[in-house]
Amino acid sequence: MTPALSTAPEASAPAAAARKMLEVRNVRKHFGPVVALDGVSISVEAGKVAAIVGDNGAGKSTLVKILTGVHQPTSGELVFDGQRVVLHDPDEARRIGVETLFQDLAIVDDLTIWQNLFLGRELTWGGPLRLTRKRAMAEQARQMLSGLQINIPSIEARVRRLSGGQRQAVAISRAVGWNAKLTIMDEPTAALGVKERTEVENLIERLRDQGRTFLLISHNFDQVMRLSNEIWIMRNGRVVGHRRTSETSGDELVALITGAKSAEIGIRT
Amino acid sequence: MTKPDSQTGEANVAAPPVSGQLARFARSSKLLDWAIVLALLAVMVVGGIASPHFLTVANITSILVASSILIVVAIGQTFIIITAGIDLSVGSLVQVSSVMIGVAVTYKLGVPAGILMAILMGTLFGVLNGVVVSKGKISDFIATLGMLSIASGTALVLSNGRPVSVISPLLTSLASGSIGPFPNIALLAATVAIIGHIVLFHTQFGTHLFAIGGNHEGSRNLGLKVGRIKVAAFAISGLLAGIAGIMLTARIGSAEPATGSSYLLNSIAASVLGGTSLFGGRGTILGPVIGALVLMALLNLMTLLGVGVFYQPIVTGSVVIIFAIAYRFQK
Repeated sequence: MTPALSTAPEASAPAAAARKMLEVRNVRKHFGPVVALDGVSISVEAGKVAAIVGDNGAGKSTLVKILTGVHQPTSGELVFDGQRVVLHDPDEARRIGVETLFQDLAIVDDLTIWQNLFLGRELTWGGPLRLTRKRAMAEQARQMLSGLQINIPSIEARVRRLSGGQRQAVAISRAVGWNAKLTIMDEPTAALGVKERTEVENLIERLRDQGRTFLLISHNFDQVMRLSNEIWIMRNGRVVGHRRTSETSGDELVALITGAKSAEIGIRT
Repeated sequence: MTKPDSQTGEANVAAPPVSGQLARFARSSKLLDWAIVLALLAVMVVGGIASPHFLTVANITSILVASSILIVVAIGQTFIIITAGIDLSVGSLVQVSSVMIGVAVTYKLGVPAGILMAILMGTLFGVLNGVVVSKGKISDFIATLGMLSIASGTALVLSNGRPVSVISPLLTSLASGSIGPFPNIALLAATVAIIGHIVLFHTQFGTHLFAIGGNHEGSRNLGLKVGRIKVAAFAISGLLAGIAGIMLTARIGSAEPATGSSYLLNSIAASVLGGTSLFGGRGTILGPVIGALVLMALLNLMTLLGVGVFYQPIVTGSVVIIFAIAYRFQK
């Protein structure tokens, strides 16, 4: 199956010419005898929000782990910003511009906000000791947050003291603030209350309108309908549908996810 | 320290209510940050009242000297505990390092060579600990428990179970020399503490230690080299145990295969007294240093007051448990 075929139902859409930030081509992932991903092909357009929906066990998490370098695909390839890439570990994914907002946020409570923003990419004076440049990091972190219009009382505060929405905002800032070319968001609002969820969604909308590229994984159909431009539907380790968000509905997504409506693509192998 | 509602809720989950008011008081103040300093002051005041000899310059100097080895081991232990781990092998590493100096003397290699061998031996065992933990993917508890046995066995084999008397001007100067009023051995411990503080709070490695201890999975997801960082932390703990072995040999004038086991429990005790969280992600260097001073000052005071040696471990253990409970209320 060629990538062109896998997106065949899309051919009529005008977006065919749009620049792809990410293409996943026929990726398979086996864990021993278990097939977690069975030839998955998706793509994400630059400057847009693509969403992946699917039931538990559909393979979304495995796909995210492959895109973030945690797992390596058994076969298939990743094309990122026009270049074929092989990601051996999460550090490598971050270095080429794939940042991720993890479900558990990957925030360290007892570190300050700026330390969290710089985690893994600390500014140092080099040398064997790698002494850190604290003041420069705090200053850049402050600029990063104000550039993203995020209101945080003090950059020196420990994350433990922040509210749920503020913590989320710090994690999102880190996932977009490093000139990320693609930000993957794995259930970005699953742990939040209604008010905080709205704040986070507004932030994502604002960033989308600034031309950021997102891949959104969410259980929340309303959220997917509000935020995304296109939707990939997964079931049992396969992509079983692809829709423009403007041309589908929550009901149709449910039907595709559960299999009530038969799959259209991705299951011909 | 503010106390928003959400945090009070969080803290309650972590620490089941013992006494509501006490808990609230502890949470609402910075008191616990200073607990170990207050404890040191309390020991000083009580000691000064109870014994006229306690606060003399000579006695304070002897407390400093007696604390030095423990301080060095406790700093190493703290590096591990911050990553949410534990190093049970430190006491045996002190022994095996001490024995290396005896080996050097026995084979006429000279004490300086023995010092080098002690440092290498401690570091080597530390690296082994780290590799077993990160590559073997077993818990630090089991890995270092095994290493405890291997290292103390190695010490017995290499020494044939017999102490070797070590006479060296270098070690004598370390044990009993001083610069001004400060004993050399205490200055060595202070140097280790300063370097430890810089590494922990002013390097990328130090930040990553806290990150791994605070959020292991998240650190891995963010691309931190968790395995390598753990190996480095255990290497540091081993290196410091090696240095402590040299200090111990200097203090007792011989390389003994069977001393040093007390450093295991006492290093964990000093670290916990000093506010290092056994859950990882939180700790300082100054805290464990003062923790070690409190422990040794207490022992010193009990000796001065004629409390039997057999009672001392009971008091030490009780103090550690009381502090551990108190710290549960800390955010």
